[in-house]
Amino acid sequence: MRGDAMRGLAVFISDIRNCKSREAELRRINKELTNIRQRFRADKTLDGYQKKKYVCKLLFIFLLGHDIDFGYMEAVNLLSSNKYTEKQIGYLFISVIMNSSTEMKQLIIQNIRNDLQSRNPIFINLALQCVANIGDREMAIAFTNDIPRLLISGDTLDAVKQSAALCLLRLHRTSSDSLQLNTEWTARIIHLLNDQHLGVATAAVSLIDALVKRNPDEYRGCVNLAVSRLSRIVTSSYTDFQDYTYYFVPAPWLCVKLLRLLQNYPPPEDPSVRSRLNECLDTILNKAQEPLKSKKVQHSNARNAVLFEAINLIIHMDCESSLLVRACNQLGQFLQNRETNLRYLALESMCLLAASEFSHEAVKKHQETVINALKSERDVSVRQRAVDLLYAMCDRSNAQDLVQEMLAYLETADYTIREEMVLKIAILSEKYAVDYSWYLDVMLKLIRIAGDFVSEEVWYRVIQVVVNRTDVQSYAAKIAFEALQAPACHENMVKVGGYILGEYGNLIALDPRSTPMIQFNLLHSKYHLCSPATRCLILSTYMKFMNLFPEIKHHIQEILRHDSNYRSSDVEIQQRATEYLRLSEICNPTVLATILEIMPPYPEKQSPLLVRLKQKKPLMEANGATESQPAASGNTDDGPKLTETAIHLNQQAQHQNGLLVSLDTPESNGHHEESTSHHSSSAKKFLFKNSDIIFENELIQVGIKGESTKSTLRIELYYGNKTNSHLTHFSADIFTPGDLQTALRMNFDPIKSTIDPKAQIKQTGTIDCIKDFAELPTMNISFLHNNMLQKIDYAFPLYLNKFIEKAEMDSNNFFLRWRNLDKPNQECQKIFPAKFPMVYNDCNQKLEDFGWSSLVGIDVNAENFCGAGIINTSTQPIGCLYRLEPNKQAKMYRLTIRSSKEGVANRLMELLEDQF
Amino acid sequence: MIRFILIQNRAGKTRLAKWFMNFHDDEKQKLIEEVHALVTVRDAKHTNFVEFRNFKIVYRRYAGLYFCICVDVNDNNLAYLEAIHNFVEVLNEFFHNVCELDLVFNFYKVYSVVDEMFLAGEIRETSQIKVLKQLTTLTSLE
Repeated sequence: MRGDAMRGLAVFISDIRNCKSREAELRRINKELTNIRQRFRADKTLDGYQKKKYVCKLLFIFLLGHDIDFGYMEAVNLLSSNKYTEKQIGYLFISVIMNSSTEMKQLIIQNIRNDLQSRNPIFINLALQCVANIGDREMAIAFTNDIPRLLISGDTLDAVKQSAALCLLRLHRTSSDSLQLNTEWTARIIHLLNDQHLGVATAAVSLIDALVKRNPDEYRGCVNLAVSRLSRIVTSSYTDFQDYTYYFVPAPWLCVKLLRLLQNYPPPEDPSVRSRLNECLDTILNKAQEPLKSKKVQHSNARNAVLFEAINLIIHMDCESSLLVRACNQLGQFLQNRETNLRYLALESMCLLAASEFSHEAVKKHQETVINALKSERDVSVRQRAVDLLYAMCDRSNAQDLVQEMLAYLETADYTIREEMVLKIAILSEKYAVDYSWYLDVMLKLIRIAGDFVSEEVWYRVIQVVVNRTDVQSYAAKIAFEALQAPACHENMVKVGGYILGEYGNLIALDPRSTPMIQFNLLHSKYHLCSPATRCLILSTYMKFMNLFPEIKHHIQEILRHDSNYRSSDVEIQQRATEYLRLSEICNPTVLATILEIMPPYPEKQSPLLVRLKQKKPLMEANGATESQPAASGNTDDGPKLTETAIHLNQQAQHQNGLLVSLDTPESNGHHEESTSHHSSSAKKFLFKNSDIIFENELIQVGIKGESTKSTLRIELYYGNKTNSHLTHFSADIFTPGDLQTALRMNFDPIKSTIDPKAQIKQTGTIDCIKDFAELPTMNISFLHNNMLQKIDYAFPLYLNKFIEKAEMDSNNFFLRWRNLDKPNQECQKIFPAKFPMVYNDCNQKLEDFGWSSLVGIDVNAENFCGAGIINTSTQPIGCLYRLEPNKQAKMYRLTIRSSKEGVANRLMELLEDQF
Repeated sequence: MIRFILIQNRAGKTRLAKWFMNFHDDEKQKLIEEVHALVTVRDAKHTNFVEFRNFKIVYRRYAGLYFCICVDVNDNNLAYLEAIHNFVEVLNEFFHNVCELDLVFNFYKVYSVVDEMFLAGEIRETSQIKVLKQLTTLTSLE
């Protein structure tokens, strides 16, 4: 009987489709389930065909959304059939329904093993596809030899190799630590890129891409092969690869995958490889200019898929300015294309180009087109990209125009993107404010036209800016007063206006249009329209008024005494009214003046708005801890957002008058901090962060960014000149005294010896960790400022944890390893008091940021933290495990660290013991 | 990486759901509903891409059917858009002018087609000739 002739199944499906109601459908299904159950139970002589048919029906019922709790054994029996169609249904049932069931796991694994070892390539393929669909840790262990053997063996059929490659990829993703890939296979795996069969190469690139991410050095050889394969494809004619030409484009998917693979590495160092790669990219850009070979959208899509990936690689390499500018011009053309898809993708790519110093200016040429897109695009997601791009292309020169355009658009913008736009406008107008009255104008307008979308962070920030800048306070009071005069005024405006008048209302009180009484009446006219929270704020303003304007004190006391406040049903209002009233009655004016003194400047480091902007959307996560983390979330951070922090760092130095900086500098904090203590506290911060300011005084600021892969830490240092004169004979050196010399290998690019006023220079370099270390390197900076020699020495915050890589494992594994590390010097345990509030999430975050994993469900006590990491040194990997036990009653922690190398646990303890 | 592939009709009936991540059944149902709500409101002038939680959906409509692929945000949109079309052309050839009912009555074969072209969340084979040849071999088997 032929596979496509399951008549009973077709009849059943028709019956279901003919059911008029949900109830009828349910009846029909129940009838069928009863029938199948009976058949399975009674009829021991069911033949393969019957079994297949019933299992297939069960599958159909499951796919309709019903639970299936029997038939598993019959499905597994089908696996041992020697007929393809029966086997296929068996595997399908297992893949779709039983993916998490454990009962018959061993039986299934045995069947898969039999098929993997069969001589029939079709059976091998079915087994591989099944593992690729549901492979887990147990399968990774069971097939750790069989599958790689199939992949690299010379006599395996191409189709089987394709499946084997992706099957390995699945096992690598789900449980890379259980999958032991012999290093002798590396070269043979890499060489699959050269496979004659393009399908094998296509499947293999995906595997190699994942292996590269785990171990870039071991797979470095793939760069040359990928470049030459790519070169052969892009320089060929479409007739060269009949099977793999898609609408006149040779092997577009393979090209895209190869171009993505290359984005894992810096530009090739070998000049011949590099020039060959540049030729490829050039050719791809040239082809984009050729007339289309077909009017079909498939043709242009396939061509442009390759083009966009090539542009991504060009942006990733970020070194060939001519390619970057050409890419930008190409995208500029797409901005005018009639295909919405292309306009959207061009906007998205340009966002990345805007972050490169080589193409930032070229992107800015398209400002007008982008603004037009904002006004005319029909698809909100395209408008959203336009907003993103405007934000990315914004700099000092165009900030005023762009902010104006964005404000104008905001009035009609879609509700879904308003809040984000508000944030972006707020950030840009602050970052590029030359004149803070402009900033305030923008912000008040923002509140006026999009008050509902102004989050707390935004209006808090406005107040922080005003509080910290004495030169705008009277202007702020003036425009806040004017804004409040509008008949319908947003509650957020009342909050900002109320706060500002409470602090600085006296600065405009001499103006007969805004006397104390007028200010008070104006504010009070809004009072009853506001929510309790805002009323509370206004009550505080009134209290401040008592101090600023003693002449209206009795008016205010009357308000406080009023039943609606003094006996308000809102506890907070009642409490404030009562306390403020009492305060005003018992205190003499001097005491009152002290209590109600003007607010001190905010000591603050980073704009909370940037944090807010980065908050993620709801996530989609797989169940089961074994599933690899969605690469997406990690990768987005590597994309435009990381560059954003870089810009942030950059601009801090460039825009010395900018607010972000002035809030940062100790001078404006009111209380002077010794620069030594400043850098030592932030030096510890670099324990948990990848970028930071590591030194700052009144002349210079030094920022750091670091990213490690294995035992190599790539570092970017930014030296910013804060003065108005040149810093000359500038030099910066990092020293590794004593033991450090043999532990670290540093390699820094030379830097310019002069830093222009208000400018900064960047230095890149790498630090290789050869073995574990305890001391910190020292950094010496020297330069001439106004012909005075300045010397700065400080500890360079390079800690051992920068080389830690997270390790994931289950409970058994964890405790097995834990018990194995039992030598006295392998363990370090300390009990210390909590320095911070004992919040679970904060601890968890810190442990994660420290670099090792924080594993859930390991410890029997859910309050405890356990995790593991590997310190990558080029001589040996050092395993380390930890357990952190909070005791909330005693406000203490017990931290235990064990490491495979003696002494390392002690070092890690020193780093962490004062951090919780 | 592809997180899942969905084929749905305009009414929201699922004609194929292929998952490359382990989801709980109720989560799958939720995803199916959300994707349907997301793509059916978009018109032909809109892009074929739409952000979806921390991923994105690349989709294309063929008559009454929506073919949706959920991928990572930094994946290549056009490559997956054409991967959909390539898949549709294979289905069309394999079922001789494919229609929605073919997918219903032959759901178990559709999974075979998917496994030939997409495996472990990656594109496995792109040559229509090779895929169809393999599928023809398989249908001739008992």
